[in-house]
Order: sequence, then structure tokens, then C-alpha cells
Amino acid sequence: MPTISFVHPDGKSDRVETSDGESAMQVATRHGFDGILAECGGNAMCATCHVYVDENWIARLPAMAEDEDALLDGTAAARLPNSRLSCQIRITPDLDGLVLKLPERQV
Amino acid sequence: MSTSGSVVSGVPHLDVDPFAMDFFADPYPTHEVLREAGPVVYLDKWNAYGVARYAEVHAVLNDPATFCSSRGVGLSDFKKETPWRPPSLILEADPPAHTRTRAVLSKVLSPTAMKQVRDRFAAAAEERVDVLLEKRSFDAIADLAEAYPLSIFPDALGLKPEGREHLIPYASVVFNAFGPPNRLRQEAIERSAPHQAYVAEQCQRENLAPGGFGACIHAQVDEGAITPTEAPLLVRSLLSAGLDTTVNGIGAAVYCLARFPEQWQRLREDLSLARGAFEEAVRFECPVQTFFRTTTREVELSGARIGEGEKVLMFLAAANRDPRRWDDPDSYDITRRTSGHVGFGSGIHMCVGQLVARLEGEVMLTALARRIAKIEITSEPKRRFNNTLRGLDSLPVAITPA
Ligand code: HEM
Ligand code: FES
Repeated sequence: MPTISFVHPDGKSDRVETSDGESAMQVATRHGFDGILAECGGNAMCATCHVYVDENWIARLPAMAEDEDALLDGTAAARLPNSRLSCQIRITPDLDGLVLKLPERQV
Repeated sequence: MSTSGSVVSGVPHLDVDPFAMDFFADPYPTHEVLREAGPVVYLDKWNAYGVARYAEVHAVLNDPATFCSSRGVGLSDFKKETPWRPPSLILEADPPAHTRTRAVLSKVLSPTAMKQVRDRFAAAAEERVDVLLEKRSFDAIADLAEAYPLSIFPDALGLKPEGREHLIPYASVVFNAFGPPNRLRQEAIERSAPHQAYVAEQCQRENLAPGGFGACIHAQVDEGAITPTEAPLLVRSLLSAGLDTTVNGIGAAVYCLARFPEQWQRLREDLSLARGAFEEAVRFECPVQTFFRTTTREVELSGARIGEGEKVLMFLAAANRDPRRWDDPDSYDITRRTSGHVGFGSGIHMCVGQLVARLEGEVMLTALARRIAKIEITSEPKRRFNNTLRGLDSLPVAITPA
């Protein structure tokens, strides 16, 4: 199974195992990381699962849908060009090694 | 209440009535019976299937092609009976029709839109606490859970000041009407005419103040997203579902925090827990208890075979306390990871107003916890009975200033 890394706002990072078909949001909440709230449970409705994708990875993720794009305009921490909603990133074998930075705040 | 033991197609038949007064008074033992009887049960009293475990509730919510909403999300099947009012264009619709109307309301109630109302909602919460601190003893339902949303939501929608007293009674009719043809439903519909007339009138474009949620919905007509006849019905959705739900949500949170003083203390020590305290109250009390779906085909669900055109009742509240999904489900814990609870539903119909509800809950609980040291219940709370909504009619409390 692919492993992915979360970089916390304090700079510490955690490299964790994923399971089949999980979203990056589910990986983070399963490991109890506070940096992801995911209030809507992954339904692309709340924008509290915001992440900054490491520059080396951003082009390798599938393009975002219109609803994700619209929600990102309302994130609590600033939207940057590498902003994504982690519930919309499904972990596939080619994302092994993915690095996601957690923002300072989600609400 | 008993389980008859008779088993047809592997589905246990139960003779419980989840819309009876004694059930509403204390639903938890029956929720457990429903959950433990099997993944799918049959409710003989109303000829409907029921699901009360988290996994099955979640599965039904997330398969809208099989478990549809367009035949009504109450017991009444719109294919067989005439709906009591013109159906909702969002709640009682399936894709692709639902996709289009949903996009409109999602935009109007987006995280970006919330940023614009946040300061106003927070200021009103502070003003509410000013009033409560003056009173010291009050009814936490009328003076807090109702008064606060009433002080912001109708204005945020852009409603006129006159006639707002119809709002809560109208919502009460809507949520009673999802239930079976019992007395609660019949009486609610019989008395609904004046409330319906008020609501129909307020949904018209000329009656909605510029800049409000209502006007924003009508502006989508100009964008070509919806037709001029659809816009008023979408405004109606916010009038139906946007006020009484948050009244019961805030009421639930205050009731929890008053009953569990150690949680209140934790919140006072860390105000950043306010949003979680509200969310956990929605999981724990589940202001919206149930919704139905109708099967569009024969389907097998966790080993149970359900025919086409059957009603399936989802016990959201029971799923939110299913021990298969939650640790220590019957405890109210404001630091719990609540993500995934179904108090706001799940899937394509998941509450489109959830951000409004959370914002109201967060700012109200923050204001209370910052300025009040103690909330004590001074006499027996009274329950309000509704076929779908769970909440109190009165909650007498006394507060000590911080
Ligand atoms: C604590 C407060 C609230 C609770 C517990 C709640 C609960 C729910 C639930 C369980 C559903 C799913 C219905 C289904 O699956 O059939 C829903 C849908 C909906 N809610 Fe809420 N709600 C709340 C607040 C609000 C607010 C504030 C608004 C409006 C501003 C709102 C508007 C709606 C609408 C329009 C739908 C239909 C969405 C659709 O079918 O796509 N709700 N709500
Ligand atoms: S969890 Fe809500 S948008 Fe991702």
C-alpha cells in the first residue's frame, strides 16, 4: 500500500500507511491528525479538509472538479495555487510518497 | 414493545411505532432494539423497512439511484398519494434535477458566503448573552435557542419583519408531515393554511431584501441556472429547513452542556472547542431524527431482499449512537472526532445549510462560554413532540456570570 506524508503546521511530519481506496482526508482522520477537520465527512461540502500539496506533486494529481474549486475559495487559511481538498484526493499506487502540508486553521 | 420473532425473507418484523409519543419520550431503548434486531428490519405498524445501524444508514444515504427521494422523504409515496404541498425541488428530487438546484443552494450557502455573515452572527450572539445575563433565570429554549436564530436568520434571508411568527409553526408542519398519518401529522396539516400562505408570499422576489440569501437565489434566475418559477420554491426550502432545525440544534447543545458540567468546564477553558461542542450535540441529540427513501428497484441490502417501491426509514439518531461505529456512543464528548456522523445526512442530499448551522452553533456557544461560569437546570425540561424533529419545548435554567 502507498505511504503518504503529512507536514504539520509546526513543521513536524508523519509518514503513514494508506489502505485501499482511501482518500487523503480519511488517511489523516484515521491517524487522528488534528490538522484535518472534515466536518462534512468527505462529501465536498465544508472545505475543512484543506491541504497544500507539495510543489513536486501538484501536477501529478488528477484535476479538480468545479465544486472543489468553488469550495476552495472559502477556506479558512489562505487559498494558494497548490490548495486542494484532501477528501477529493483518492490515494492510488502512483501517489506513493505524496507530501501534503496542513494549514494553520480549518475554520 | 416486543419483537414478534416472525421472519420473512430474513428480515425481522417489529411492532414498534417510532412515531408514538411514548417512543419520543425516550427513544433510546427502542433504537437499541431496532439496531440489534438486524441490519434491516420491517416495521409492521407502518409497512416500511427500517435501518438503524450506521453502516446501513450510510449505505442507503449514499445510493440515491436505488433509494430515491423524488417519491418523498416521508412515509407518503408521491407515486401513490398527492403530496400535501408542491414537492421540494431539492429535498424531494433525484439527479439530474437535484444536481442543478443543489448547485444553486450550495453557492448561496458556501463557505465564502459564510465569511460575509460571520461577524453579524457573532455580534448578535453577544447581544443575546447581554440579555441573558440581565435575566439570570430564563427558558433556554424560548430565550436562547429560538431567540438567537430568530434574531439573525430571517434577516440573513431578507424577510420582511411582519409575519415572522409563522416561521417556526410552518417548519413544525413540514417536519410533522414526513411522519405517518398519525394525529401529529393530521393536525399539523389541518392548521397549515395560514402558514403556507405566508411562506408562499415571502418567497416571491419582490418580498426579499437585496443581498440576502433569498435574493441571491432569485439572482440565479438571471444567470440562467433556474427558472423564475423554481426560485420561490428554493427559497421555500430555506424557510422550511433553515430555522427550526438550528433552534433544535442550539437547544440540544445547551441542554447537553447544562447536563454535563465537566464538558461545559472544558469548553470554558478552551473556547476553540465551541464548534466541536455544537457538532457533537448534533450527533448526540440528532435534531433531525429520521428520513425515508423509496426503492426504485428490487435490492439486496446486507442480506435482506427489498422489493421495488418500498419505503425505507433511516434512523439517523440510532446510527449516530451505533456502538459498531462509535466508542462510548452514549457519552457527550466535545473533543470527539465527529466526522462521519449522519446528523446532517450524507451523500448528495447532505444538509446544504450545514455551514449556517455550524456557524450559528459556534458563535453562540463561544459567546456563552466566555461570559457565563455556570448553567444550571432549575426545573424539569419539557419535550416538544414532532414526527421528525427532536427537541425541547422548555428548558428552565439559571446562569452565573463569569
Ligand atoms: C442543526 C441544524 C440542521 C440539521 C440537524 C439538519 C439536518 C439535515 C438533514 C439530515 C438533511 C438530509 C435530508 C435527506 O437526506 O433527505 C438536510 C438537508 C437539507 N437541509 Fe438541513 N439541517 C440543519 C440546518 C439547516 C439549515 C440552517 C438550512 C438552511 C439554511 C438547511 C437546509 C437544508 C436543505 C435545503 C436540505 C436539502 C438538501 C438536499 O436535498 O440536497 N438545513 N438537513
Ligand atoms: S471533508 Fe468536507 S470538503 Fe472535504
